Amino acid sequence: MAPAAIELKGINKSFGAVHANRDIDIEIPKGTIHGIIGENGAGKSTLMSILYGFYQADSGEIFVDGKKTDIQTPNDAIAAGIGMVHQHFMLVENFTVLENIILGAEGSQLLNAGISRARSELHRLEQDYGLEVDPDAVVEELAVGLQQRVEILKALYRGAEILILDEPTGVLTPAEADHLFRILRMLKDEGKTVVLITHKLREIMAVTDNVSVMRQGTIVATRKTAATTVEELAELMVGRRVLLRVDKGEPNPAAVKLSVRNLTVKDSRGVTMVNDVSFDVRAGEIVGVAGVAGNGQSELIETIAGIRKAVSGTVMLDGKPIDVTGAADPGELRDRGLAHVPEDRHHVGLVLPFEENENAMLGYHDDPKFLNGPFLNIDAIRADAREKIQKYDIRPADCRLKTANFSGGNQQKIVLAREMEHDPGVLIVGQPTRGVDVGAIEFIHKQLIAMRDGGKAVLLVSVELDEVRSLSDRILVMFDGRLVGERGPDATEGELGLLMAGVEAREAAE
Amino acid sequence: MSTPYAKLPAWADYGLIPVINLFVAFAVAGLVVLLVGESPVQAATLLIKGAFGSGAGIGYTLYYATSFIFTGLAVAVAFHCGLFNIGGEGQAYVGGLGVAIVCLSFDSVFPWWVNFPLAILGSAAIGAFWAMIPAILQAKRGSHIVITTIMFNFIAASLMVYLLVGPLKPANSMAPQTRTFAQDAWLPKLGWVLELFGASIRSTPLNLSFVLALVMAVVVWVLIWRTKLGYEIRTYGFSPKAAKYAGVGEARIIVVTMMLSGALAGMMALNPVMGDQHRLQLDFVTGAGFVGIAVALMGRSHPAGIVPAAILFGMLYQGGAEISFVMPNISRDMIVIIQGLVILFAGALEHMFRPSLQAALASLSPKSMGMNATKREGA
Repeated sequence: MAPAAIELKGINKSFGAVHANRDIDIEIPKGTIHGIIGENGAGKSTLMSILYGFYQADSGEIFVDGKKTDIQTPNDAIAAGIGMVHQHFMLVENFTVLENIILGAEGSQLLNAGISRARSELHRLEQDYGLEVDPDAVVEELAVGLQQRVEILKALYRGAEILILDEPTGVLTPAEADHLFRILRMLKDEGKTVVLITHKLREIMAVTDNVSVMRQGTIVATRKTAATTVEELAELMVGRRVLLRVDKGEPNPAAVKLSVRNLTVKDSRGVTMVNDVSFDVRAGEIVGVAGVAGNGQSELIETIAGIRKAVSGTVMLDGKPIDVTGAADPGELRDRGLAHVPEDRHHVGLVLPFEENENAMLGYHDDPKFLNGPFLNIDAIRADAREKIQKYDIRPADCRLKTANFSGGNQQKIVLAREMEHDPGVLIVGQPTRGVDVGAIEFIHKQLIAMRDGGKAVLLVSVELDEVRSLSDRILVMFDGRLVGERGPDATEGELGLLMAGVEAREAAE
Repeated sequence: MSTPYAKLPAWADYGLIPVINLFVAFAVAGLVVLLVGESPVQAATLLIKGAFGSGAGIGYTLYYATSFIFTGLAVAVAFHCGLFNIGGEGQAYVGGLGVAIVCLSFDSVFPWWVNFPLAILGSAAIGAFWAMIPAILQAKRGSHIVITTIMFNFIAASLMVYLLVGPLKPANSMAPQTRTFAQDAWLPKLGWVLELFGASIRSTPLNLSFVLALVMAVVVWVLIWRTKLGYEIRTYGFSPKAAKYAGVGEARIIVVTMMLSGALAGMMALNPVMGDQHRLQLDFVTGAGFVGIAVALMGRSHPAGIVPAAILFGMLYQGGAEISFVMPNISRDMIVIIQGLVILFAGALEHMFRPSLQAALASLSPKSMGMNATKREGA
């Protein structure tokens, strides 16, 4: 049998006393697609960072093609034929595709020779793998899916035989993701080895040959994909049985709580991000906004929540206008019963260096129960935080711990607890489960359904199509700043996917 | 898991690391002393003797420290809001104007204990005003506060020269300074406190504003960690986006914080003007505004760190004067070099020794590190 493309033996890595990788043994056969799946913080990224030379393992050995290899820096990894496509692209946006590809591999002091060599090589790679992309296009003008292709080409140009992809589909439409999978299969057929890191079980099932599940720094199981099920993988990831489907009853929509009319928002460069959007959200329903990241959903909810200014349009909360084009203030909206779980909990929803209890009142710090005149009522603040920790099962249950030291799921629970416990009439939720582990997702979804059943109006924005479909009573699809369609919760993924990709509703129906 | 290093125990973080940094700064400074051909050991002895060897020395050390506490607190308050106020020098300078106006107006009207609070208000108000203008420019126009506060230092200097050679100078005087205040505008000296501890001194510049400085250190602690305003300041300082989300008005918080910072810097003027010289002179700030930056950096923007850091710099000022007196090869600039090294090692290279210290501690007592880690890992 040919030696494995990658074999890791006894890899250990600690950060201080946090054991991020513990005795990892893994063997990835040549010419296969190998999935690595696990919750956030399970150690997937650490393991791949060791393989790619960002970190050094404390102990353990790496074998590439059967040869023991010492990988100290990414350059060593590249020399060993390992390429990596990062979750956040590492491209120079105002360079052309070609310039990006030769960056760091120019070959000589003068660029011309390198460029023409790269051009012919690129042509060959395109032919071999169906990776078409215009070499002279400027990267920032390319769609996200194409930018990712440039990343793949970059790795292949450097002679990568082993390609690591870290959460590659987070920014793609379903169609783009399918195309990516086709490319991956083609790479496999050419004898390349692909390592796919993801938390999406569906992708693992769709494209991998083998899958390794990580939990708490160890590999808990490696399975042949064909011989396992989504349920088994989910259980292995979490360590207990999980409910993947959301149980919910029929919605009971009542009065309109939030009404958006002809809302138009431009960003700081003057580009229209939200274009003439109108919709209502009623009490007792969840309205989901589906769309590929960057199509205006973020701007939409930020505007409604008073963080961003609109150019024109009106938003009514409980029949009274919100001054979205002028002086709307998040603090004032909170008093009026509009709660907001922001998409970016690290920079917006939380102040990570704060103690947990300080974040548990962020935005509600005007509440007299937290204050003694101008002074903070520390006892009341901590008591309130402890109560929320208990109720939302936030772990560790320590309200004095720095927020940055909580896991993603627990951080999100801190935000949710804060926003839900003030009994808002309208809840705006952005990416409620981004970077959140499976166990916490289940809890968060239940809480959102409970809000709905409690007669609240919920506006949900998520790039996870599955999440929008399973939670929403109505689905609005956003593309390029416009609402391009409304569907019921039973809309198929394909139908929504076409809408998300900007294919006109009429064409989609045909 | 995103932090590459585990947390150090608090005693190492706040105690050991600053001491190591300081030690390295002094070691490098010692090399410089060696280069100019003097004995580092003798210089160090002189430095410490000069600063703490006599009652008078201690008095001067604490007198300098008083100014540095005020300016250090001023920089720290702005730091907590994510603002870098390097205009402490100018704010303190014009703060002197507030002190002088009160003292010149009321020195033969009220007793000192009425004049003192009035002068506090006067110095704080003018210092705050001087910081408010750059703050408004930052909040409304986006003019960077580092640039504008520096420029305001120069404007302050020019303004004070104009006032001290013109309107504030008594007629027929040759010196660019105000008249000497009457005794009722002098702050009580604290020499008697030092004498309680057995030191014998004829005169000391150390005065009541030292106590005010310590009180302000406590006030700043309460403000930052125990008031709603302080909470908003810290929120904005860590994350302007989160502050906006929380409904904290950006313009308001910048202006209010800078005014508080300017007020603290302005109060520094009480120490030399009302406490020691009893008149407003040219350049009485003598760099205390800039030393405040080093003090705030070294004290980690926490009052409990700022007070000892200020005393350390007071020691450098006082002991440095002593060195240059005895060792002519070493000028006062040497002290500036040492200050620079302290800033370099305590501020810019703060994390240089952290990884190795962590490794050392982890191998020495895995338990003490482990306790922190379980907290982190528990999620």
